[in-house]
Amino acid sequence: RMSILEYNGAAIIAMAGKDCVAIAADTRLGVQAQTVACDFRKVFKMNDRLFVGLGGLATDVQTVDQLLKFRQNLYELREERQMSPKVFSNVLSNILYEKRFGPYFIEPIVAGLDENNKPFLSGMDLIGAPVYTDDFVVTGTATGNMYGMCETLYKPDMEPEELFETLSQALLASVDRDALSGWGAVVHIITKDGVTSRELKARQD
Amino acid sequence: SAYSFSLTTFSRTGKLLQIEYALNAVANGRTSLGIAAKDGVVIATDKKLASSLVDVGNVSKVEAVGEAAGGGSGMVYSGVGPDYRVLVRNARKSAQTYYRQYREPKPISQLVKSTASLMQEYTQSGGVRPFGVSLLMAGLDADGTPKLFQVDPSGAYFGWKATAIGKNYLNAKAFLEKRYQEDMELEDAVHTALLTLREGFEGEMTAHNIEVGVVSKTDGKFRVLTPEQVQDYLDEAT
Repeated sequence: RMSILEYNGAAIIAMAGKDCVAIAADTRLGVQAQTVACDFRKVFKMNDRLFVGLGGLATDVQTVDQLLKFRQNLYELREERQMSPKVFSNVLSNILYEKRFGPYFIEPIVAGLDENNKPFLSGMDLIGAPVYTDDFVVTGTATGNMYGMCETLYKPDMEPEELFETLSQALLASVDRDALSGWGAVVHIITKDGVTSRELKARQD
Repeated sequence: SAYSFSLTTFSRTGKLLQIEYALNAVANGRTSLGIAAKDGVVIATDKKLASSLVDVGNVSKVEAVGEAAGGGSGMVYSGVGPDYRVLVRNARKSAQTYYRQYREPKPISQLVKSTASLMQEYTQSGGVRPFGVSLLMAGLDADGTPKLFQVDPSGAYFGWKATAIGKNYLNAKAFLEKRYQEDMELEDAVHTALLTLREGFEGEMTAHNIEVGVVSKTDGKFRVLTPEQVQDYLDEAT
């Protein structure tokens, strides 16, 4: 019997480029070995400049997405301004730690552009311990593969087009050697001028 | 409280008399005022004490609120001192809680809303009376603009460019109306605040019987001026 965090399967990577960020995820939903869907969304747009990738138990992925939207909506109504990625990351960390002794089984990553259009990346464990990086963050069932691919392929200050290529290759190669992730992938490139989303043509096995 | 019913109820004419009476307590309190300049905010109050035997260093009316949470908000009051302390405590905890959740200082407008909301609760909850104070809360808002707010016992709040509360507030406000200018700088605002305070002052105004607090756009921190700093401003005025 495997860990609860590996029950549904996921592979999500976010990378920083020159004044842009990109986040990509597989689209498989499985019940242990059985694949049940190949169009399951794990990356959620919070606003034009803020995305969150939620890897782990699928029910918690959807619940936490709803909770985050709830918190973000209230914040924007009260404060009459948008939530910056750093603040959002902290809210998420707070939500997770509140459930310290009965946690949500997700390990999220946050990718966005701050007020000055500079890239922001963060990742955290299921109880909200954050890590902030300036290159890439990964989460899911193929993290070993993803770390290897990113470390090899990544270079700083890539333009959006090159960032897209690098991120896509890193994700595809990682999921192909992991039974629990894959079955399709989606990539979002975020710049100050907007978001471009593309579906990748991936191995359906 | 064990009471399940509010002690603040409507009169036939639609008034909430407990709030009116609370406003009377405020109007009898020592004068406080504030001015929002283009690069900061100043708040000040009359700290005259009952006798010369009082250890003036222990009395604090102007209080910083958001300092430890990276913000620069402060407040002052007119009315019943002990009621004020409850609100300061509440505002400080609120600023810290916000910082824990968001890792950002609580903007003054949000602090004002929380405090006002608490004051309103005390006009509708069982077994309690309204707070006998009006507050002047000063700070930099989320976008860095200097702001000044008044919060009343009813929980109503107002943003002001300059205002005064407590004894003699009408004269003080008239004086401020004449002196206020849109693009006033903080230094001028402090001088004007002191002049306004002196207008209605009973007896001689010194650095030890007033209190002044300032938040400047340059460093974003709310500071209560020391008597020496206040004295420097008073010397410049003469």
